Amino acid sequence: MSTIAEPMTQTEVMESGLPFSDVVPGAVLEASDKGLVVSPDGLVALATYLRDHEGYDYLSMVTSVDWPTHFEVVYYLYGVAKPMSALVLKVRLSDKQAPVLPSVTSIWPGAGLQEREVYDMMGIRFEGHPNLRRILLWEGFDGYPLRKDYKESYYEEDAKPFKSRHPDGSHLWAEDRVPWRDNVTYPVGWDPDLWTQPQVQYRRLMGVDEIGSTTGDLKTERMLINMGPQHPSTHGVFRMVAALEGETIVALEPEIGYLHRCHEKIGERNSYIMNIPFTDRLDYITSMSNNLGYVLAVEKLMGLTVPERADYIRVIMAEFTRIVSHLIAIGFLFNDLGAYFTPALYGLRERELILDLFESASGSRMMCNYMRFGGVSGDLPEGWIERARDLVWNRLPRVMESFEKLLTGNEIFLARCKGIGVLSAADAIATSMAGPMLRASGVPYDVRRAEPYSIYDRFEFDVITRPEGDVWARFIVRMLEIYESLRILKQALDGLPAGPIMPEGKKQYQVRVPAGEAYSRIEGAKGELGFYVVSDGKPNPYRYHVRAPTFINLTSLERITLGHKIADAVVILGAVDIILGEVDR
Amino acid sequence: MFGTGVIKGLGVTIKEFVATYVDDVKKIPSRYAGGRQEIDQSDVDEQRGLFTIQYPEERRKLPERFRYIPMLIYEAESGEDRCTACGICAKVCPPQCIWIVRAKDETGKPMTKPSEFYIDTTICMNCGLCAEFCPFDAIKMNHDYEIAAFERMPNLVFDLKELSVPTTYYARIRPTDWAIEEEVRKAKEAEKAAREAERAAKAQAAGADAPAQGTGDAPVTRGRVSPEEIERRKAEAAAKRAARAAADSQE
Repeated sequence: MSTIAEPMTQTEVMESGLPFSDVVPGAVLEASDKGLVVSPDGLVALATYLRDHEGYDYLSMVTSVDWPTHFEVVYYLYGVAKPMSALVLKVRLSDKQAPVLPSVTSIWPGAGLQEREVYDMMGIRFEGHPNLRRILLWEGFDGYPLRKDYKESYYEEDAKPFKSRHPDGSHLWAEDRVPWRDNVTYPVGWDPDLWTQPQVQYRRLMGVDEIGSTTGDLKTERMLINMGPQHPSTHGVFRMVAALEGETIVALEPEIGYLHRCHEKIGERNSYIMNIPFTDRLDYITSMSNNLGYVLAVEKLMGLTVPERADYIRVIMAEFTRIVSHLIAIGFLFNDLGAYFTPALYGLRERELILDLFESASGSRMMCNYMRFGGVSGDLPEGWIERARDLVWNRLPRVMESFEKLLTGNEIFLARCKGIGVLSAADAIATSMAGPMLRASGVPYDVRRAEPYSIYDRFEFDVITRPEGDVWARFIVRMLEIYESLRILKQALDGLPAGPIMPEGKKQYQVRVPAGEAYSRIEGAKGELGFYVVSDGKPNPYRYHVRAPTFINLTSLERITLGHKIADAVVILGAVDIILGEVDR
Repeated sequence: MFGTGVIKGLGVTIKEFVATYVDDVKKIPSRYAGGRQEIDQSDVDEQRGLFTIQYPEERRKLPERFRYIPMLIYEAESGEDRCTACGICAKVCPPQCIWIVRAKDETGKPMTKPSEFYIDTTICMNCGLCAEFCPFDAIKMNHDYEIAAFERMPNLVFDLKELSVPTTYYARIRPTDWAIEEEVRKAKEAEKAAREAERAAKAQAAGADAPAQGTGDAPVTRGRVSPEEIERRKAEAAAKRAARAAADSQE
């Protein structure tokens, strides 16, 4: 693994031979196997060209890294019609105080929420962004937390393990230990008591004041309502700010961050192995696949190969996880529809049986912490395979059958879901939708197929798509994907070889990770789950970023709720299937 | 006809409703006979209806690998702590909730045992990495998940005494792992004994004054600190805070 390239921040135009220099001269400054370094001025032109002529229509991830001399904004591009292709763009900004960069939201609207996150966390301004506000943190927060010089509340040391724990570690409470206590500071001249901005801002954003209704017989007034953050059908602490005309939504904005817990900052303080249990807590329904995504990224950096048996076990766990997640998504979609808890409970019952399997293999039902670099933490216990086979061959197909009887033909359900929340294929790609959201809009894109990871290239399965793009299509895609997961599980359980589950050698609690960077993406239950890890050779990652599928799937929420009734917004949100642990990180 | 789908669906719920009772009746002997205890849910295909475990009267049978708060293991016969205060658990702990003070002898030389050992259970994330990487099989994950207390401070910071469990308890809750580890240990000990025989004279000097810490495989009552002890610790914590505040105001 080579070391990180020396940063190049000057914007000189280099000789030709660089990619795309003939079509967008001067845009690409440097090219290597780690991506193209692009000048800030040439970014928009190059991006437009890449989308229109090279087929890179899917902006998967935007993130940023704080290097000592410059900020680096990283874009990962894919083409939905171009399997096995990835293009990495990097823009280096030498202004460490107030870096500015043109926004690419006009080219890929999917950058919307992600650029806001970069602004929030790193303080990089995106010119031309329609709504550049803080997203995870609150308006009025002082500082940009992912910059390297920022110290969070209860800061102790730059990297774990902390020296105060051993060999002279008398217990101290965090609140007694930290000299500056809770470490809350406000910007100069900003008084939290006098701050009344949000409502005013939303009213302006959504045009509530300007546009009164004049057409029609009925004179209506626009109204701004907040759904959440404490609301039973927002699946957690999530707030939708909606402008209504009568009952119809005319503008909507998701407000998130109530569950933000500095996942990425903690990840930089942690050593590599410590991050595995933290990934469990992202999307807490699918902890096994979160583990898998993270260990794949670090394994990519370390150049580890995984024993055959461990690979099979990983796939089995990941597919069980997908079933769990889809069962919950379907169950709670019906909960949101007013069927109350019955379908959700039936889904949860099957989930419990799968969680029993997780628990007996890993020790925990939800926070599995099962994968390790190079393998898994423990072999399957006695009797595990038999129970899994019983579930996969007998019980789950039977249960799915009764699920179909219960749900798919229900006329009330069909009336509520067909034609609701329609997202076209082009829009789904443009807004970087992932997983069932993307496939329900008729785009047959599945990371397991487009860029097979682990051993997914060995299994036979279909990529489920539906052309409708509405709530019903998302439901059907999830139902059918459970059958596909069962198909993969059957193959994997049959093919599970004997052998070791970890590579040779002693168990290591402090892994050596060579300097470099890696992005690994997997098809999580809710979409493309990516982990971006940058190492500088030290025991803890230099940068650790999670491409959270449900967070980015919220990009299109306004698009698909506009024109629908407020009651439908609940259903539409239920079909997006957000998990706030992952949205807010 | 409109509504057939709904009626079909209701048929499923009725079936579930009935099956729940049928499951109960079919089971012989009944699960309610002979007092309610541990319920094993692993027989998946038998159940058709819903299944409720009526906690706390009934409890789920925990799999061996179930993990909750870590525990420290001491030898049941000798009362000797397995922990050598090497600190690997404290180094690998993701939320850094393990605090170890290494014991020192009279001359101030560090010894291979802890004099204090704390686990802050309010921070512990039950990940099990400490148990996984302990080279002496001294720290393991406990099955006792009922640790609720009325006060965070100081009841939920477990010290050496509250964390300690005998090997017999460990062997009872995780028999498979215990058997594997014992085998490895016996092989190692045989090897060690051979070496030790050579240095028998020296070994006698280092006598045994290990502390005796409870015995037998009585259920481990952990976190059951006497009220006086809690009061004392509260006062201690308050004094610490006061000292801290005084130091702050001086600055």
